[in-house]
Amino acid sequence: MIHVQYFARYRETLGIGGEQLAWQAGLANLDSLREHLLARGGVWAVLAEQNLMCARNQELCGLDTELADGDEVAFFPTVTGG
Amino acid sequence: MSIRIQVEAFDAGAELNALHAANLGIGAVVSFVGYVRDFNDGQAVAGMLLEHYPGMTEKALAKIEVEARERWPLLTVEIIHRVGVLEPGEPIVFVGTSSAHRQAAFDACAFIMDYLKTRAPFWKKERTPEGERWVEGRCSDQQAAQRWDKF
Repeated sequence: MIHVQYFARYRETLGIGGEQLAWQAGLANLDSLREHLLARGGVWAVLAEQNLMCARNQELCGLDTELADGDEVAFFPTVTGG
Repeated sequence: MSIRIQVEAFDAGAELNALHAANLGIGAVVSFVGYVRDFNDGQAVAGMLLEHYPGMTEKALAKIEVEARERWPLLTVEIIHRVGVLEPGEPIVFVGTSSAHRQAAFDACAFIMDYLKTRAPFWKKERTPEGERWVEGRCSDQQAAQRWDKF
């Protein structure tokens, strides 16, 4: 399983804070997971934003980061704390 | 190491004194306090909601502190960030650094804030007369963080 989380504007646009996805061999990295989600169409297009940020197992990473079964992944807009 | 994510307000003066009391080798304390403004991007702001990513937030801030300590000879570091509903005038964030001499404390405090703004998973949603809006990331924040890449 892959536990995917969405935050802030993405959570609102998508209407969910997170979901469990069945692990599949095609999910090589975060970008392939994003492509998989984009294929749902409609509101999911928000994940195509250029300034999208992502994290694997609660650590910032690039979309080329490899995925493994059991990972926690998060997609979110540019952070704005401070 | 002290990192706190909290809903409650904090007393910046008390935090500042605590930073210094911890160690008599401290010759310099520098702090930054960020506040909620009542105006942003051409609109009045009545308040804001701060969202974060529980679990990752603490790790991201701890990592920033470790990096600051690798770069400068710091004695104490304190990072406090609030979440939840905040009103204009309320403090959002406190960063305090101390060292034997001032330059390390000054630079580390600026570094921690620049990295916090671009790497810690917090998001602001403002309440304005025209409704709520998510604050967008600023290029100037990215540039401020990038200046530390040269080291």
